[in-house]
Amino acid sequence: MSDSYDNRVAFAEQLIELATNDERIVAVCNDSVGSSNLTGFRDLFPDRLINVGIAEQDMVGVGAGLASAGLIPFVCAASPFLTGRSLEQVKADVAYSQLPVILCGMSPGMAYGELGPTHHSVEDLSWLRALPGLDIVVPADREQTRQAVRNAVANPRPTFIRVGRHKVPDVTPAGFELNRGEFQTIQQGTDVTIIATGTLVSRALQAATELQSQGVSARVVNAAYIAPLDVASIQRAASETRAIVTAEEANVAGGLGAAVASVVSQLGRDSRVPVRILGVTEFAPTGSTDFLLEHFGLTAANIVVAAREALADA
Amino acid sequence: MTHTLAADGDQIESWRALRQTLDAADIESKDALLAAQASQTRRNVIGMISHAQQGHIGGDFSVTDILTTLFAAVLTIDPADPHWEGRDTFILSKGHCAAALYSTLAASGFFSSSELLTFMDPLSALNGHPNRNKVPGVETNTGPLGHGLPIGVGAAIAAKLKKNGARTYVVLGDGEMQEGSNWEALMSASHHKLDNLTIVVDRNRLQQGARTEDTNGLDPLDDKLAAFGWEVREIDGHDYGQLLAAFEPSISGRPVAVIANTRKGKGVSFIEDRVEWHHKVPSAEQVTLALEELA
Repeated sequence: MSDSYDNRVAFAEQLIELATNDERIVAVCNDSVGSSNLTGFRDLFPDRLINVGIAEQDMVGVGAGLASAGLIPFVCAASPFLTGRSLEQVKADVAYSQLPVILCGMSPGMAYGELGPTHHSVEDLSWLRALPGLDIVVPADREQTRQAVRNAVANPRPTFIRVGRHKVPDVTPAGFELNRGEFQTIQQGTDVTIIATGTLVSRALQAATELQSQGVSARVVNAAYIAPLDVASIQRAASETRAIVTAEEANVAGGLGAAVASVVSQLGRDSRVPVRILGVTEFAPTGSTDFLLEHFGLTAANIVVAAREALADA
Repeated sequence: MTHTLAADGDQIESWRALRQTLDAADIESKDALLAAQASQTRRNVIGMISHAQQGHIGGDFSVTDILTTLFAAVLTIDPADPHWEGRDTFILSKGHCAAALYSTLAASGFFSSSELLTFMDPLSALNGHPNRNKVPGVETNTGPLGHGLPIGVGAAIAAKLKKNGARTYVVLGDGEMQEGSNWEALMSASHHKLDNLTIVVDRNRLQQGARTEDTNGLDPLDDKLAAFGWEVREIDGHDYGQLLAAFEPSISGRPVAVIANTRKGKGVSFIEDRVEWHHKVPSAEQVTLALEELA
């Protein structure tokens, strides 16, 4: 097993590097200085770290106020509370108002494993996809996390970034550019396309290797920007390969897979391909993150099974 | 495509002239000037709500004197450059009173008052709740209650960081003080010693369905705000002299909470202090009667 990393470290390093030369960058958190990995930022820029306490609705509103004054607020909190508790603020104050708040969902998905569904953030993609004008970025590793932060500062706009805590290996190839609204094909393939996001990208690559050994050519698409959605990439997957598998550490009701299926279902009869959606289907039982990923079939082995089933239907 | 609103240069000049006159005037003259403008706003609101056959007339009228005083005499703003960096931030948290806000913004020249009668028309910029991307002078899209104050806290913190002396004013309905998010923000504002932040609670004592004190009582609101660390000023929200005094900067180093005691529907006898006029629409006959009272 290759080395793996907590994306929060890369997030904080990149944020500090940019903030050193850009006074517009501020951070807002909800008593989450440690869990958002903002200790270093606080020590360097104490006035620019605004800790509102355990008050997520206030936190997102404060971010909107800072943005209205021309600053670039990175609003950092455990993802379930950032999205769930303050969803109306995200809707009205950030997305609808089009204020450039960077919402940083720390420890998303099932990163808080045994702490249970109250602390899991698997609904975030579904909730936030319904908000027009809000970018949703799910970096798959350290490099993509860094690029997501740089994009947010280079072109501030309402954005939600999942900042992963569950350790993942590096998957980003050299020369990779995280462009707004684009999926990236990180492995070419001709039989089946695996569209994966976040923690599932490395597992998708493992699945592709296994499929190759079975004589199946799998394309791996890294879906970092969930919104805006790369419709063209999905259409290419449907026209250039015979089946699609999606994989995400998120609820299947309204997440990445649902977005992909929505595009494919609206293609002409001759262009549609079978789609298999892998994700979270219910409130999780007790278990570690790795246990829960396996519980919900979010493994390389199950991606292989899903790919073969989808191809069999093609 | 939504119609876009442009600044009204002539009206901006009138607004600037009024500001200069007010700055130099004695209190009786200020009263007369502000009362005239407030009456115009209430007449506009009657016209807008009659046109749209929708709106929130009671709250529009209770907040009119507050809005008039702030925009005519207090806020440091430039209607010709709504995003001017050094501006004061004004947020109408009780966004359902958009008609009064729109009329006040038009009186300041942010856009032409000829636009007011597009209120709630299809594709009008003048939605039932204000939209910052469509209406110059609007800082954030309000409507759901309990949103304006946290944003105001952020704007006030930004002014502190930028050391530009800008002030932030947030007008809240009294009913919306039942929203928990406001109390989160009240705590953080005093914790961060935001003496550049003033809130105004439009204390008309009525909410949509009943009196506040019969619904989820707010009193003693002054003690509650003081206990949360605010400098509290309780005034008659229809008295311009008291409003002007209440908008003076903090003297305590703490954020300022103005409890403006008002009458919902203020200015029209048959609308005043009646719960059903939260969002009732006047008949043609009532429009005539109301305009006579507001003449």
